[in-house]
Amino acid sequence: MSTRTAFSPGTVPLRGAAPTDLQARALRDLGRTGRWRPAEALFWLAALASFFFLPDQHLLLTEVVILGLFALSLDLVLGYAGIVSLGHGAFFGLGAYVAGLVSIHLTGEPLTGLLLGGLAAGVLGFATAPLLLLRASDLTRLMVTLGIAMLLYEAANKAAWLTGGADGLQGVWIDPLFGRFEFDLFGTTAYGYALAVTFLLFLIARRIVTSPYGLSLRAIRDNALRANTIGVPVGRRLVAIYTLSALYAGIAGALLAQTTMFVSLDVLAFHRSADVLLVLVLGGVGYLYGGLIGAIVFKLLQDVFSTITPEYWMFWIGLVLVVIVLIGRDRINAAPLALWHRIRGGAK
Amino acid sequence: MSTATTTTRDPALMLTILIDGIAYGMLLFVLASGLAVTLGLMNFINLAHGAFALMGGYATALLMNRAGLPFLATLPFAFLVPALIGAVAERTLYVRLYRRPHLDQVLFSIGLVFMAVTAADWLFGSQQQLITLPAWLQGRFELAGVAIGRYRAFLILVCAALVVGLQFVLTRTRFGARLRAAVDDQRAARGLGINVGVIFASTFAVGSGLAGLGGALGVEILGMDPTFPLKFMVYFLIVVTVGGTAGLTGPFLAALIIGVADVAGKYYAPELGAFMIYLLMIVILILRPQGLIAR
Amino acid sequence: MSAALRTIALEKRFGGLVATNKVDFTLEHGARHALIGPNGAGKTTFVNLLTGVLPATAGQVLLDGEDVTRLSQQRRARRGLGRTFQINQLFPAMTPVESVGLAVSERMGGGADFWRSLGARRDIIGEVLDLLERFRLIDVMDHPTARLAYGKQRLLELAVALAGNPRVLLLDEPAAGVPEAERRELLDTLAALPSDVSILLIEHDMDLVFSFADRITVLVNGTHFAEGTPGDVMKDPRVREVYLGEEEHA
Repeated sequence: MSTRTAFSPGTVPLRGAAPTDLQARALRDLGRTGRWRPAEALFWLAALASFFFLPDQHLLLTEVVILGLFALSLDLVLGYAGIVSLGHGAFFGLGAYVAGLVSIHLTGEPLTGLLLGGLAAGVLGFATAPLLLLRASDLTRLMVTLGIAMLLYEAANKAAWLTGGADGLQGVWIDPLFGRFEFDLFGTTAYGYALAVTFLLFLIARRIVTSPYGLSLRAIRDNALRANTIGVPVGRRLVAIYTLSALYAGIAGALLAQTTMFVSLDVLAFHRSADVLLVLVLGGVGYLYGGLIGAIVFKLLQDVFSTITPEYWMFWIGLVLVVIVLIGRDRINAAPLALWHRIRGGAK
Repeated sequence: MSTATTTTRDPALMLTILIDGIAYGMLLFVLASGLAVTLGLMNFINLAHGAFALMGGYATALLMNRAGLPFLATLPFAFLVPALIGAVAERTLYVRLYRRPHLDQVLFSIGLVFMAVTAADWLFGSQQQLITLPAWLQGRFELAGVAIGRYRAFLILVCAALVVGLQFVLTRTRFGARLRAAVDDQRAARGLGINVGVIFASTFAVGSGLAGLGGALGVEILGMDPTFPLKFMVYFLIVVTVGGTAGLTGPFLAALIIGVADVAGKYYAPELGAFMIYLLMIVILILRPQGLIAR
Repeated sequence: MSAALRTIALEKRFGGLVATNKVDFTLEHGARHALIGPNGAGKTTFVNLLTGVLPATAGQVLLDGEDVTRLSQQRRARRGLGRTFQINQLFPAMTPVESVGLAVSERMGGGADFWRSLGARRDIIGEVLDLLERFRLIDVMDHPTARLAYGKQRLLELAVALAGNPRVLLLDEPAAGVPEAERRELLDTLAALPSDVSILLIEHDMDLVFSFADRITVLVNGTHFAEGTPGDVMKDPRVREVYLGEEEHA
């Protein structure tokens, strides 16, 4: 293959602005170069502050952050690669069961269980991702993801000798973190642990979505045909992000198993996959923070609705979904996003 | 079904299971036929299809148990109530979503399912709705040594009539031709003077009505409680995806395969549960990503 | 030396229908070659066979002498076969900088890099800016593609294709639908395409064909019907009858 370049850089005189200005503009647009915006720092500082100043809420906050990480994992495939999944709960549930089983049969050390839970889900993601490429239709993908989740639910239900079936997995016990921090009743260690893991995974995800690889995913989402003709190996890229997303979901599930020290069939139920979609949509798709913000909103809504009608809060969740779609997701997300851009972009 | 151990290879029993499976499959097809049109032909992902089946099932159960109507007399209501609600929902809500991304359609219809499930629970309680079939539909009769449930035979006859009728309407009538034209190319259809809105609304209404009728016919063998739309959502979707989006023949075949596989699976390998069905779906989609009968 | 692009008895059947009928076609190095034909002549099918969107029923496609008949679209792209589309195939939510940047980084094999930001690659930025300048997209380089004027989108279509550094470029009706006011800009950039890129232009617009091409192939009913210089083809009475005649009546 020839190695020549069509245009050698810098030889064409640039009109108007000085080249350096243009470079700066191009760089700003390619932008998300890893430079942190004030609002992002603020977000994570607030999260850190919640650890110190809201000790009564640690149990609830742990739930929020785990749900947020789960939604973030979905954002990787839905927001960045455009894959609509109705079965993301499969990876969450698998991660939870593996982490629970590791603590019973192998070791109570939390990081081992976390890693193995994530890995198991990642392997399942990698193994099932090719099914998504059979036909790039949303319906087929929906059915494949849903089918795998249902399969797993049935498997866990029937394999009672391993999973405890409908009674749930009994006897999960997690040792102190680093041998020092015991998982206490107030959820303080749990929250610190979940928050730290989520932050770390967020950093990695942020790096990945702003890389050329991340850009190629957005291109695939926008127009897979054209991505193909500029030489993007669409299939391989999708398998990779789906695997990563599955791994993230598995880790979220493992966190839930470890912090609650219990795993039940509920982790694999359909409503998990549906809830996480709602969470992500509430916060906005495709900018990584959507899952985390959506998780906060979701838990607040859940709280409000269960005080109005404890048994029927699902009705209101359904209504919220319907209303969101009828008003238009763009319009709803535009409000916080506009604010976000204003803060992020500074005075512009 | 308790004599499984001694008679697993009994051909008469296998025939009974086959007939049970066909009855179940045909019922599934009637339930899912509306979805085969909206999802298969119109490419609209409607996860709330089961909600209309729920309305039909409850219409029959309530009219029988509270108003004392005979089973057959409730069936027109089981069709009309969801058909009417379907028509209204199509004109006011669904119509706005035809051109929206699939994600929006998924979210919207999941929302409707959640609302329908909790609303049914709130209005009528979470218990199973039970009905007593008329005497002439109870029990079994023997045909050439094969035991056949009367209700199963009734289902097969009714559903077969519906299938033939549907296929006739879709392929032989002016309405069917207009619907196919509208689905293929809305703009061209409008150019030909076809009122696409009315066509879609009536199609949606009939599809919802058939789902309701299916729900009513299914109370006896599928059960009917508020979670029905969620429990059977996957089955309806499988019928359409596995069947393919070319018309009704594919979904009909798929429904029969799933019906027979499910009944046989529950009989011969009850420990697998619904496992079989999901596995079957994934295998078929691997072998035929476009469904059994592709466009 | 082998031709830039060649087909040998290339054939495509859809069931009983022959869409491309044993076409032998040669695109020389550095050529400005136009492919014309009446509606339904099979031009689009032919392009789809060249690029690998459709698998051929029989025959061969040779890129610089190398048989690429069985290769996927993406593999052919990597071997230097670029194309633009009759109907814009762009990335609506991405900006021109991002679109072109992606195409350049994919060509350089950096597309699987999941760690370093594209902004950290100064070498890429330089080339991206040059391309944007050449295709007059500098002013709108950080606007979302969906909001660009149609003419600018057509230019981006070209820029993205050229970012892949193709040896052979297939232009599928590049001027289709461009409003008169934006047309001049497009024609100028077409004329200024690098001379070492071999170009096959598929076009309806005869003015553009005659101003751009030094060789013309006429496709009729999926068959290679006539070929020659613009002058020869224009004079060919058979061509006038099936093609140009039709234009006059239209």
